[in-house]
Amino acid sequence: MSSTTATDCQVPMEDASALLRPTLVTGNRSLGDVTRDICAPMERKATKLWWAAFLVASSALLLGLTAVTYQITVGIGTWGLNRTVGWAFDITNFVFWVGIGHAGTLISAVLFLFRQKWRTSVNRSAEAMTLFAVICASIFPLIHMGRPWLAFWTFPYPNTRGPLWVNFKSPLLWDVFAISTYFLISAVFWYVGLLPDLATIRDRGRAGLRTRLARIFSLGWDGSARTWHRHETVYLLLAGLATPLVFSVHTIVSMDFATSVIPGWHTTVFPPYFVAGAIFSGLAMVLTLMIIARKVMQLEHYITIFHIEMMCKLMLSMGCIVGLAYGTEFFIAAYSGNPYEQFAFMNRAFGPYSWAYLTMVTCNVLVPQLLWFRWVRRNIVTVFAISILINIGMWFERFVIIVTSLHRDFLPSSWAHYIPTSIEIATLIGSFGLFFTCFLLFCRFIPVIAMAEVKGVLKVKRRKSSVAVSQEEVA
Amino acid sequence: MSDRMLLASFDSAEDLVEATTEVRRQGYQVVDAYTPYAVHGLDRAMGMKPSRLTWVCFICGAIGAIGMLWFEHWTAAVSWPIDVGGKPFNALPSDLPAAFELAVLLAGFGTVFALLVVCRLYPGKRARLPRPEVTDDRFVLVLNEADATFDIATVETLLNQFNVLEVEERVLPAGGNR
Repeated sequence: MSSTTATDCQVPMEDASALLRPTLVTGNRSLGDVTRDICAPMERKATKLWWAAFLVASSALLLGLTAVTYQITVGIGTWGLNRTVGWAFDITNFVFWVGIGHAGTLISAVLFLFRQKWRTSVNRSAEAMTLFAVICASIFPLIHMGRPWLAFWTFPYPNTRGPLWVNFKSPLLWDVFAISTYFLISAVFWYVGLLPDLATIRDRGRAGLRTRLARIFSLGWDGSARTWHRHETVYLLLAGLATPLVFSVHTIVSMDFATSVIPGWHTTVFPPYFVAGAIFSGLAMVLTLMIIARKVMQLEHYITIFHIEMMCKLMLSMGCIVGLAYGTEFFIAAYSGNPYEQFAFMNRAFGPYSWAYLTMVTCNVLVPQLLWFRWVRRNIVTVFAISILINIGMWFERFVIIVTSLHRDFLPSSWAHYIPTSIEIATLIGSFGLFFTCFLLFCRFIPVIAMAEVKGVLKVKRRKSSVAVSQEEVA
Repeated sequence: MSDRMLLASFDSAEDLVEATTEVRRQGYQVVDAYTPYAVHGLDRAMGMKPSRLTWVCFICGAIGAIGMLWFEHWTAAVSWPIDVGGKPFNALPSDLPAAFELAVLLAGFGTVFALLVVCRLYPGKRARLPRPEVTDDRFVLVLNEADATFDIATVETLLNQFNVLEVEERVLPAGGNR
């Protein structure tokens, strides 16, 4: 008998180290705690900080609305564009915002396929970010059309002009299909993942509009094992669809440029370069938002330093790919022996827009190298600063690609300079206003963390980590 | 199926999965289980087959891709051929991006629509929960009291091995589907 007891007490070495490993979600939360913690910020009154942030964001949105109304009323002459630089600010903003969205799909779909369980703490808000970023992005081509009320002409519908069909050989039309599909699939993916959480809100037993809306939108979700089984299948399928979709979207965006014959645009490296850049900028935006949200909404147990560190590692790897792409572009320009191509890149780095190029390289290539250091990745302040810098750098990347390639083309007689007008800057500020207004409303009315998914990984331990780390975090 | 059901509540997914495996091994009829999150291994314990929704996804995707390829060919090469930069009217490579997008769009929407149909989920539907806590932190196993040999006391003893919190008997109203 005593021997049996002895063997029972003996825990194998592997299990012992597993016991010491910290869990993904810290603070030893129970299933009920998860529901309470995540519903709490929605169920209490909005804080003063939220109202302050909302006021700033909605004011920026109002400024943007005014600027858009003005430019549509007066005409596109209110922009700083000229005959040489025909694409500048709006297209920069479009590519910037589409790129922001891509990290959301990476976290929700690609990491799901790779079975990265830590994604559950961040996927809901990253997907919301995707939706809002795509909305912001889609506004810019609409404005850029000059006559946005005719935007429906980009869809092939039977019309009285022939019917005259759209040109399916144009990458700009592929964009219409890619962005619309991306928005719709992201929205559906997000909603399908949200269903169980809406049911949780519905069954919290509170009176009020939130419960009534949750009753309608939870579609009668009952948590039956059969429903869950099918739901898991559909979620996996949607992740499998969203993964190639996200790559296709930025590939197509890059083809808007790559299929033209402008030196600096006409390169085969663009699709992977753009996709990596998009995910890079998106991760930076996710980090910016997460660092604020976890503090303001007291979600430190769910979005831990470990989560931030993981995202920093992803961001570093994407940043290195982007740096490699910058180098490749220069190498190919030099190697091509094409004087126009060589000039475009020399002009990019040392021409009138060298300040923009310098900002881009500093923020996107040099600054992220700090993330090689563990203490930098684990320090909220440094990570926050780096994420902001990367956002700035990635905006400038698009500006550099678009404007520097256009402003000095083949004929020196047509060279020109481009400076954005106040209207264009106000529109950009307005798009940030729209984004943050949407995000703040999302934080108030929808659970920012996927409760049903976090509940499933509550007991999951990290793969490797030292005891010292967990003690550090507990402290 | 009789209209008498036995509801057993648990507070952990492991207990639910083990209990489900055991009651099925002993020949009891599991009607369904209710959980706050997707419990891995429960589908196997309940003997569920892989979902056929993957086929819906494939078929919808194929319809999207083939339909769009045909449409692009028809508009660009048949209905009103227009010379764009000297490219051939029927240019398959440039038809692929939009066809891919449509494939993804139809596959995604088709699958989700099929999910809502087969799970009978629709806006405003009143959820029929065995207990309100199943969307929070409770796991409920529903057994069918299939015949006269079903003895509640025996089942309760069996379930007690798996830390059952509560066992409750319910009779479905006439015409109920559960």
